Amino acid sequence: MTLLSVRDLNVTFGTPEGDVRAVQGVSFDIEPGETVAIVGESGSGKSVTANSLLRLNFGADVRISGEILLEGRDVLTMTEDEVRSVRGSDMAMIFQDPLTALNPFYTVGRQIGEAYAIHHPGATKKELREIALNSLEKVGIPEPLKRVDQYPHEFSGGMRQRIVIAMALVNNPKILIADEPTTALDVTVQAQILELIAEMQAQHGSAVILITHDLGVVAEITERVMVMYAGRVVESASVENTFAVPTHPYTRGLLKSVKSLDTARHERLEPIPGTPPSLIKLPSGCPFHPRCAFADSLGGRCSSEAPELRIVGSSRSACHLPDERLLGLMGGAS
Amino acid sequence: MFAVVLLLIVSAFTFWIFSALPSDPAALTCGKNCRPEVIEANRERLGYDKPLVEQYGAYMKGIFAGRTYGEEGASVHCPAPSLGYSYDRHECVTSLIASTLPVTASIALGAFVLWMAIGVGLGTLAALKRGRWQDRLATGFSVVGVSFPTFFLGLMFIMIFVIWTGILPFPRYTGITENPVDWFMALILPWFVLALISAATYVRMTRNGILEVMNEEFVRLGIAKGLPRKRLIVTYVMRAALVPIVTIAGLDFAFLLGGALVTESIFNLPGLGKLTLAAVVNSDLPILVATTMVAAVFIVIANAVVDVLYGYLDPRVRVK
Amino acid sequence: MNTDLVLEARGLRKYFPTGASKMLQRPTDVVQAVDEVSFGLRRGTTLAIVGESGCGKSTLGRLLARLIEPTAGSVLLDGKDITKASSRELLALRRDIQVVFQDPYACLNPRHSIGQSIGTPIRIQKTLSRADEKARVRELMALVGLNPEHYNRFPHEFSGGQRQRAGIARALALQPKVIIADEPVSALDVSIQAQILNLMEDLQSSMGLSYVFIAHDLSVVRHIADQVAVMYLGKIVEIGDPTAVYERSAHPYTKALLSAVPVADPKGAGERKRIVLSGDVPSPVNPPSGCRFRTRCPKAEARCAAEEPLLIERESGHQVACHFPL
Repeated sequence: MTLLSVRDLNVTFGTPEGDVRAVQGVSFDIEPGETVAIVGESGSGKSVTANSLLRLNFGADVRISGEILLEGRDVLTMTEDEVRSVRGSDMAMIFQDPLTALNPFYTVGRQIGEAYAIHHPGATKKELREIALNSLEKVGIPEPLKRVDQYPHEFSGGMRQRIVIAMALVNNPKILIADEPTTALDVTVQAQILELIAEMQAQHGSAVILITHDLGVVAEITERVMVMYAGRVVESASVENTFAVPTHPYTRGLLKSVKSLDTARHERLEPIPGTPPSLIKLPSGCPFHPRCAFADSLGGRCSSEAPELRIVGSSRSACHLPDERLLGLMGGAS
Repeated sequence: MFAVVLLLIVSAFTFWIFSALPSDPAALTCGKNCRPEVIEANRERLGYDKPLVEQYGAYMKGIFAGRTYGEEGASVHCPAPSLGYSYDRHECVTSLIASTLPVTASIALGAFVLWMAIGVGLGTLAALKRGRWQDRLATGFSVVGVSFPTFFLGLMFIMIFVIWTGILPFPRYTGITENPVDWFMALILPWFVLALISAATYVRMTRNGILEVMNEEFVRLGIAKGLPRKRLIVTYVMRAALVPIVTIAGLDFAFLLGGALVTESIFNLPGLGKLTLAAVVNSDLPILVATTMVAAVFIVIANAVVDVLYGYLDPRVRVK
Repeated sequence: MNTDLVLEARGLRKYFPTGASKMLQRPTDVVQAVDEVSFGLRRGTTLAIVGESGCGKSTLGRLLARLIEPTAGSVLLDGKDITKASSRELLALRRDIQVVFQDPYACLNPRHSIGQSIGTPIRIQKTLSRADEKARVRELMALVGLNPEHYNRFPHEFSGGQRQRAGIARALALQPKVIIADEPVSALDVSIQAQILNLMEDLQSSMGLSYVFIAHDLSVVRHIADQVAVMYLGKIVEIGDPTAVYERSAHPYTKALLSAVPVADPKGAGERKRIVLSGDVPSPVNPPSGCRFRTRCPKAEARCAAEEPLLIERESGHQVACHFPL
C-alpha cells in the first residue's frame, strides 16, 4: 500500500484582506523509504502543504479540504487524539530554525526523552535517559554523557539541528518531514546536516519529504522533485529529469536563475521577470502566465484556463505548451 | 555588594533632598509661637546645627549603633537601628515603622496573592479562548480595571459592602496575632481594591505573553512531537510566558511594601503609606527620610531576589 | 596593478569587549571580529568578501563604511584616510560610500513613502532643492526598475525584490563612488536574486561604481566579483581573482567551502568529492592559536598551532594564508 497519499489538498486562510489560497489541488504519493523534495519560493505553498500533513496549520480561519491518507487513514478526518498519536511517531518533523525550535527551558536530554515518552507512556526515567544518550551519540554529538544535561543555548546551530533530528527519529517514524532543515545554517554545516539526514534515512528506512527553496539541496539528496508555484504543483519528476529536461517554464526559469558555480564571471544571468503573484488575487488561468515567456505563443489560453498536471515524457507538468516544446525547453532559446 | 553601594547612594541622596527643603526642621519642633531660644536648643538637641555631612554620618552611625538625642536629663535614646527621631510625634522613627510595617506587609501580601491569581488566571483563560466571550470579558475587565482610580474603587467598595449591604464591618485593623478573623475582615476590601487594579495589567501581560509564546517555533515542535494539549500549555507555554511576569511581579510587590498610600488612607489602615502621608502633611522630615529609605531597601532587595529568581527560572541567563 | 585603488584597507582590526563588564571585575573577553585585514578595491570593480557567520565579514563592511570605528588600522578612500576624518568630513564621506543592507524592509521607514525613503540621503546632505529632489528620486526609481508613479506607496506594498531595488536607489541617490552591499540578495527568492544581481552589474557599468559585495555563499559571488576574499574568524585566508580562488583554491577552507555548496546538478552531486568539515566554527572569543582554521582543518600539523600563517602571494594577485597550501 502507498504509505502516504495526498489527494486534492486545498488550504485557504481567511484574512481581513481576503482569502489566501495557499494550496490548491495538490496531490502526490509517498512510498516507503523514498526521498521526495517539494521545491518552491516563498508563497508557493510548500510549507503549508508540509504542515497540513500533521494538521499543523493554525490560525483563526483555516479551511482544509481533500484527503491525506496515511496507510489508508485520512489524517484530516481523525480526532484530535488520533492525530496526536500520529504526530512524532508515524510522521515526525524537522523545522527550519534550530535556534528557536528547541524549548529553551529544558535540557536536551529531557526533550528527546519526552518525544519518546509521549508515545511510550510506560517508559521509565532510566530508559528515557538511555534513549536520549543513544540518540545524541547516533547524530554525532560528542560527549553525550555531558551534553545530555545541557540546555539548548549551550549548543551551536548545527548541533541543535542534530538534536532536533535526533528527537524526530526517536520513534522511528515512517515519514520524516524536513522543512528547510538547512536554510538557517552555514554552508559547511549545511553539508554535515544533509549528510546526516541521508545517513539516518538509510538506517531507519524512513521516507523523507524535504521542503526547500534551494535546488542545490534537492540535487544532493532526493530522488523525486515536486515544484510548486502559487499554491499548485506545476511539475513532478525524477531528480535527473527535473534538472536535465525540465518540463515547465517555471522550473526552467528557476534552473536558469540559479547561479551555478560553473558559469563564467560577468556572464548575464537569466532571471524570471516580475514577482510571484499575491495569493489573495491570483492571476486567472495558469498562475505563472504573467511571468511566462511562452504564454503569448498560445493565444489567450494561458490566461483563461488553468492547466492540469499531465504526463509529459517521463515527467508530469501543468502547462498548456505541446509536449515536444516542453521537452525541448532547455535546448531552444526563449 | 552592588546593592549595598546603591543603598548608600539612595540614602545620601534622600538625606540631601530633604535637607535642601526650605522648611527649617528645628522650627517645626515646637509649634507656631515658639521662642527662638527653644528652636535653637532643639536644633542642637536634634543635631541640625551640624554640617550636612556630619548629620548624615550621625544618621548612618545611628542605624548601626543607635542614637541618643539631647543631654542627659532630657535625652531620648533610640536604639539601633535608629532611623531618626520624629519631633512631631515624639517617638523614634524605627518604632513607628516597626508598628506600621506589619500592616502594610499584610496588605501587600494578600493583594499580591489575589492579583497574581486573578491576573494570571484570567489572562491565561483569555489567551486560550482567544476571540471568544471569555477573552472579551477578560480584556474588558482589564480595560475597566486600568482606568479605575484606586480611591474611586475603594470608596465604591465601602459604599457597596459596608454602607449599603453591611456584609462587612468598616475596616478596623487588628493584628493577625490578636484576632485572625478580624484581621482578615479588615483587609479583604483593600486586598481586592489593590488586586483588581494590578490584576488588570497582569491579565493583559499574561494574555499577550501566552499568545506570543504560542507562536514560538518550539511550541510548534512540541505539537509536532504529539504532546497532549494540557501538557503543552503547562510545561511549554505557561512556563515560558510566566518568566517575565514573575520578575515584574516581584518588583511590583516590593513597590507595594513601600506603602499603599491611597488605599491605606481610604480604609484607615495604620500602615507605612498612612504614616508617610501624615508625615507629608506635618512636614515630619525624619519619617519621610526613613520611609523613603525603607521603600528603597525593598526595591533593591526585590531587584536582587528577582535577579536570582530569573537565573533559576531561565537557564539561558544562569551564571556559568 | 595598484594604480587606481578607490578603497583600501590597511591592517584593519576591530575588537569588541564581550558581555556586560560588571563592576570590580577583570577586563572581559574580547571578540576579535576583524583582525589585520588589508586589501585594495580597484575603481569600477567588485570585491567580494565571503565567509560563514561569525567570520567578521559584516563587521568589516561596517568598518569600510565607517559606521563603526576600527580598533586599529585605516581605511583609505581615494588615498585619503577616512578613519581620522572629522565629523564634517564624515558627512561628505557618506556621499562617497553608501551601504545596501540584507533586509531592505528593516531599513525603510514603514511610515515614509518609498519615494521619501529614497530621497532621505539627499535631504540630509541638502544637495538638492525639494522639487529637484522629487524629480531625482523618480529618475532613480526608473533607473533601478521601479515604477516612478509608485513614489507615494509605502514599503509594505512592495515585494522583497522591489524593496531591495528601493534600497539600491537610495544608496545611489548621492552618486557614491563605492557601495558596500551586505548580503544584498540573501533574503530574496531565487528567481529574484538574479534580477538584483543583473541590476547591480548594469549600474556598475553605466555609473562606474565600485562594489564591496559581502556574501556567505561562494556561488552568488562568482558572477559579480573581480576579486574574491575568503574570510575565516576575522582574517582573510585567501584572496584573488575568481578563477584563481575557485579553480586553483589553495586554502583548505576555501576548498571545503566550495565543496559544501550544494550544486544544482544531480549528476555532479554523485561525482564530486566532498570535503565535509567536522564541527562548527569556533568562537571568535579567544580564537585558536596559530592558524585559526587548524581545529577543523584536515591538513593541520603541529606548526599550524604554533605559528600564524601570513597571506603570501602564490601567483600574481592570488594570496593565501596557509602553511600547507593545496
